[in-house]
Amino acid sequence: MFAYIVRRVLYAIPILIGVNLLTFTLFFVVNSPDDMARMHLGVKRVTPEAIEKWKAERGYDKPLLYNERAEGLQRFTATIFFEKSVSLFAFRFGRADDGRDIAWDIRQRMWPSLAIAIPTFLLGILVNITFAMLLAFFRATYIDVWGVVLCVILMSISTLFYIIGGQYMVGKLLHLVPISGYDSGTNAFKFLVLPIVIGIISGIGAGTRWYRTIFLEEINKDYVRTARAKGLSELRVLFRHVLKNAMIPILTGAVVIIPLLFMGSLLLESFFGIPGLGSYTIDAIQAQDFAIVRAMVFLGSVLYIVGLVLTDISYTLVDPRVRLE
Amino acid sequence: MSGDDILLRVRDLRVQFGQGPQAVRAVDGVDFAIRRGETFALLGESGCGKSMSALALLQLVPRPAGRITSGEVWFDGQDLLALSEQQMRQVRGHRISMIFQEPMTSLNPVMTVGEQIGEVLEQHLGLPRRARRDRTIELLTDVGIPAPARRIDDYPHQLSGGMKQRVMIAMALAGEPDLLIADEPTTALDVTIQAQVLELLAKIQRDTGMAILLITHDLGIVAETVDHVAVMYAGQIVEAASRRELFASPLHPYTRKLFAAVPDRRKRGRKLETISGNVPPLNRRFTGCRFAERCDEAWLRCREQAPAWTERETDGETHGVRCLRYQPGIEAPRVVSRPGSETGSGETKPASASTLLTVRDLKVHFPIRKGLFKRVVGHVYAVDGVDLQIADGRTLALVGESGCGKTTAGKAILRLIAPTAGEVIYDGQDLARLPADELRRLRARLQIIFQDPFASMNPRMMVGNIVEEGMRAQGIGRTAEERRQRVAQLLEQVGLPPEAARRYPHEFSGGQRQRICIARALAVEPRLIVCDEPTSALDVSVQAQTLNLLKDLQDRFGLGYLFITHNISVVAYLAHDVAVMYLGRIVEQGPVDAILDDPRHPYTRALLSAVPSLDENGREIIRLEGELPSPINPPPGCHFHPRCPDAMPVCAERYPDPVTLPDGRVVKCHLVGD
Amino acid sequence: MAKRSRPFWLWPAVTVLILALAWWQLPAQFGVRPVYLWTDRLIFLLLAGALFLGGWIRRREHLRQPWVEVFRQRRAMVALVVLLAFVITGLLDSVHYRKPLPMVDGQQGVQYSVEVVTLLDELLGTLREGTEKTYSAPFAMTQLARETVTLPDGTQSRIRPRLRHGGAHLTDPSQRGRDILASGLAGAAIGVGLTMLVWLLLGAILSRRWQTSWRAALTRIVHGRTEVPWRAILVTAGSLLVLMAMTALWSRHWHVFGTDKVGEDVLYLAIKSIRTGLVIGTLTTLVMLPFAILLGIMAGYFRGWVDDIIQYLYTTLSSIPGVLLIAAAVLSIQVYIANHPDLFETATDRADLRLLALCVILGITSWTNLCRLLRGETFKLREMDYIQAATAFGVGHFTILGRHVLPNVLHIVLIIVVLDFSGLVLAEAVLSYVGVGVDPSTISWGNMINGARLELAREPVVWWSLAAAFVFMFALVLSANLFADAVRDAFDPRLREQSP
Repeated sequence: MFAYIVRRVLYAIPILIGVNLLTFTLFFVVNSPDDMARMHLGVKRVTPEAIEKWKAERGYDKPLLYNERAEGLQRFTATIFFEKSVSLFAFRFGRADDGRDIAWDIRQRMWPSLAIAIPTFLLGILVNITFAMLLAFFRATYIDVWGVVLCVILMSISTLFYIIGGQYMVGKLLHLVPISGYDSGTNAFKFLVLPIVIGIISGIGAGTRWYRTIFLEEINKDYVRTARAKGLSELRVLFRHVLKNAMIPILTGAVVIIPLLFMGSLLLESFFGIPGLGSYTIDAIQAQDFAIVRAMVFLGSVLYIVGLVLTDISYTLVDPRVRLE
Repeated sequence: MSGDDILLRVRDLRVQFGQGPQAVRAVDGVDFAIRRGETFALLGESGCGKSMSALALLQLVPRPAGRITSGEVWFDGQDLLALSEQQMRQVRGHRISMIFQEPMTSLNPVMTVGEQIGEVLEQHLGLPRRARRDRTIELLTDVGIPAPARRIDDYPHQLSGGMKQRVMIAMALAGEPDLLIADEPTTALDVTIQAQVLELLAKIQRDTGMAILLITHDLGIVAETVDHVAVMYAGQIVEAASRRELFASPLHPYTRKLFAAVPDRRKRGRKLETISGNVPPLNRRFTGCRFAERCDEAWLRCREQAPAWTERETDGETHGVRCLRYQPGIEAPRVVSRPGSETGSGETKPASASTLLTVRDLKVHFPIRKGLFKRVVGHVYAVDGVDLQIADGRTLALVGESGCGKTTAGKAILRLIAPTAGEVIYDGQDLARLPADELRRLRARLQIIFQDPFASMNPRMMVGNIVEEGMRAQGIGRTAEERRQRVAQLLEQVGLPPEAARRYPHEFSGGQRQRICIARALAVEPRLIVCDEPTSALDVSVQAQTLNLLKDLQDRFGLGYLFITHNISVVAYLAHDVAVMYLGRIVEQGPVDAILDDPRHPYTRALLSAVPSLDENGREIIRLEGELPSPINPPPGCHFHPRCPDAMPVCAERYPDPVTLPDGRVVKCHLVGD
Repeated sequence: MAKRSRPFWLWPAVTVLILALAWWQLPAQFGVRPVYLWTDRLIFLLLAGALFLGGWIRRREHLRQPWVEVFRQRRAMVALVVLLAFVITGLLDSVHYRKPLPMVDGQQGVQYSVEVVTLLDELLGTLREGTEKTYSAPFAMTQLARETVTLPDGTQSRIRPRLRHGGAHLTDPSQRGRDILASGLAGAAIGVGLTMLVWLLLGAILSRRWQTSWRAALTRIVHGRTEVPWRAILVTAGSLLVLMAMTALWSRHWHVFGTDKVGEDVLYLAIKSIRTGLVIGTLTTLVMLPFAILLGIMAGYFRGWVDDIIQYLYTTLSSIPGVLLIAAAVLSIQVYIANHPDLFETATDRADLRLLALCVILGITSWTNLCRLLRGETFKLREMDYIQAATAFGVGHFTILGRHVLPNVLHIVLIIVVLDFSGLVLAEAVLSYVGVGVDPSTISWGNMINGARLELAREPVVWWSLAAAFVFMFALVLSANLFADAVRDAFDPRLREQSP
């Protein structure tokens, strides 16, 4: 197990290098820093001096990969690649275009993101499993058939509409909760309820249908027939035998996204004005703040890889057949 | 058959899948009765409805696709089919238990053995937790699981196949049932394990007096273990009698054919009886006898009138049959019996036949990698030094239980798996070391036929293209037309019409597919064919067709066969030489008669004794303890010594050297020679 | 031997030839200047490919069988009719050209308008041209907002001015209800009439196939005693026809879905968005397929270092959260486009290339899933006996890949392609919201929603843009999902759902 985790961590290094090379190419090779400066400054204010100043302020005035003018090791370290890409490995994210420290922002904004993402995630799984179990129990009846159709209908609606509709109905027409905003501590609750509920509802269609497929696949297996031949009731078969086996694909599918919960939910946070990492990312994209986007890409990849390792570990917990070696 | 000792009586049971005119009537009017304490067998080939009948007794027919459309199941005074689901649950696992064919998949993989058995005790006997555990350990002891107190907390994957089936049996026994339904309980197991499980079932029956309904396709098992037999065909029972009566004088033509189709030694050199055609699809309506179109003895009336169930008494026993031939008031035409025709060749080929292929010290080791850098920490010694010689026009049977490495050896000879060491010499060249392009040219000489006829053909290709593939790869036949003619000729040789070339594999039955595979192999004019269990997925009657074909082709073209199998009766019928494999090595090798008559290696002896035979003269089964050890850590010394009834101290120290006996065979055992 | 029949590619080839000829020759006939956008070309390439594939599948029993099953399912066929309506609209909207300007005296040669229009625009004539000044509600006669106007008598007043187009033909505002009802009924009648015509036509065609009389065929359709659920198809098509006819009649004088901020007809925008949605849903797949298939089966078949490299590739790509990767790529391209304005002839060109770029980016981020699935399946297939048999014949690796592996994984490709479609249509809206979607000048549902969501705060609420985008998107995505379900069930028996 230990050796396995160490190996996975070692395997993560080339992947993160790949991610870094990719973002480096996208942000510095496809477009030179000059291009970026020109776009940020706008057409009217473009002068060679303004471009140099813009680049110098952000540290983009160095060569990309190799600095001829520097000495010794500096030839490699005093470059954009080293300062902007390699330093990400030390989680040194640098400063945003407006001069704020990205790492500090991330630490601040992580908590609202978690506050909205974790309940949405956990309650969502619970709700989806409940509905899927119900459909599996009534499998091959009209309840099941129309339940599936309902799921398809629910998943055919864009998340945007769930958010806009929910916000409009609950917030604006019924005035039950504030439409947007955030507060610290327990006061945050009233701001969080609506986004969480909407987050869960928007996932019901796809989630329920997927879990139902998993349940049905399990239900057709031989051991379920054995359980029935023992004289167990259908509910007991479902809960003790089917659910326990179905938890293997369900959990492992879910675990991989747990670390990504840090990044929050882009749309929910943005619409409800919650100062989390999701809205941070969207704002950065809209402001074309590449430093933040780069930082978030790197952070996202790290978290995803952590998720993969967690998934493998969770396998060993729910499936006695798996031993990590 | 009447009286109070009847435990279960089934009347006119019908199970249907689907609706409307396309509905499949899997069970179509089945009647039988089981006495208390007896073993009753439902015998039939795949798809005859025997498993469905058994599931129907417990109302476990997979729904909603299937449903029981009519019938009565009287069990101990109640009609089970009239019970509610709630009441039925009291019967399942308590009054009637069931064990299934696949012990690998029939246990819940994420629950411990103890939990799964405990569930029954809780459900039906209401035992408290502590008592459940004690009782579970008792049950595990009863079914012969060593160290049950430790095993109780194991998960199914930690047990071997035989152990899993024992756990299934323990689970079935937990509710103390009056009837145990065993659906092909040993089909997925090796013969030596099969012998253990059958003996266990017999012992339990002696101890508890419960009745057993045994569902099987294996005539050998029926011959040895049961009291009464009912033969099923196409959803109906066609014959029912006591075992003794049925084996002494089978009445129904189908039953008779079935017996005749089983290969054995005495039928060597003769063609096996076969049943032509296939089992009819059950989604059609029958007017006459369901067997009529495949029956040699059928006459016009058989196709028009459905035969009624006819019973006759012999020696106070009832013998029922569903055939017009025995129906009172019907005059049946006489049957012109056709004796089994001789195959062209003499019984044995001269031993001087030239050597086709020589295998020397063949090894296939699969590395096991572990740890941080995936270092190789061990090997699976799948094939560990195999020597073989195959002669022109002769059949060498490579026999062994699953996991002994016989299939790996076969594939390594053809270099479908890269051999680790050793030589495979064909025509003066070592195939194991030949460069890829030269090997490619030689591939035409050595061909293979696989076990599973459903997996061995690309479902997206037409049969013609499948057969042609090798010819194109090997550059046989210059033009498309030439190849097409050759394909037609090949299909004819294996008994298929030339139109088959333009159809897809899924349109053929298992036996036909296997024949297409044979045609495909023949297309490149090979000298040697590795037959990897070519008949083990087939029913007895279809197996006979395939064996006949293989034998016929050998005689015509002088092909050499390496026949990989676990089926001793096929070996006895077909092979000239036998090599017995155990854990990656050959333990005994020699002419077939010598080995079958007088096996010298203890393993060979045990293996042969474990095979159920149709002969009634009792054989003594040499019980082997335990199961095949892991090829990762073969036991030191002779691999077989931990299970060997005759093991000596030396056996644990040193692997025995090969000893050549005067009759030409080679044995590796300290008992022999030393 | 079976009789030699016409080759499978005959009819597809004829169709494609006719289409190509029309595309090439017809513009000159009508005196317009064709504009071949990149997405247009790819769409027609896709169409041609689909036609050939269809012809090929028809000839192969085992390939046709699952489709026959799909065509027998009522729900799938209803969805397919709706999908077809969308596809036809999208195709009509993919024929771009520039119209000639009126001749000025002394002009040498014809001058063409800079505005690029499509065949669809011609059909939607009044919708496109009947613009207003700003917001107006559905079926409104007056603007939403009050405006200060100078009355003929010189005084100023804040009133809601009458619309230029909406209800302009009525002098008496009280006639509004009657007019709407009347044209609605007329439209419904036309729709029903057209449906009857379709029914009669269908009966005529089917009577030949079934070899029955025309009347018998007509009754069989009505009673639903057909293998293909023609009745359901007819009802769906009929409903669509009625809806379309009603909307068409209404649109002559009204804005059915109102107008937006700059006074454009919302219905027009919603219809024009169809093409964008379809392009993203289909071209993205087209872009990713070659990579996913080739890399997936190669990784699964060759294993070893080939597998290691390919796995590394897709693990790296999939480790970046999708939105961020897309955002990063789109931002780069945005900067690139902004800095190279000289590369594009017209604004349409630029928007089109940005759309194509979005497809490529989406394709690059979404191939990993299919690639992983194919790798897994090939892994299993590799062990199949028929591949071992081919090896035993000395058949080469790439022949095995093409002959034995590829045909046996195509069903997975198909299922994923169909399942992905609706997800991509939905993704467009979200990406446009985030600001990394299509060009702001491209008409799309995402841009519509984006522009409209802030207006919910207005009083009175401007809801119609959202409603129109919702209705159209929902119809497309739902029918795509229902169809995808049927396809998956038919092609992947393992997942087949039990029906009562």
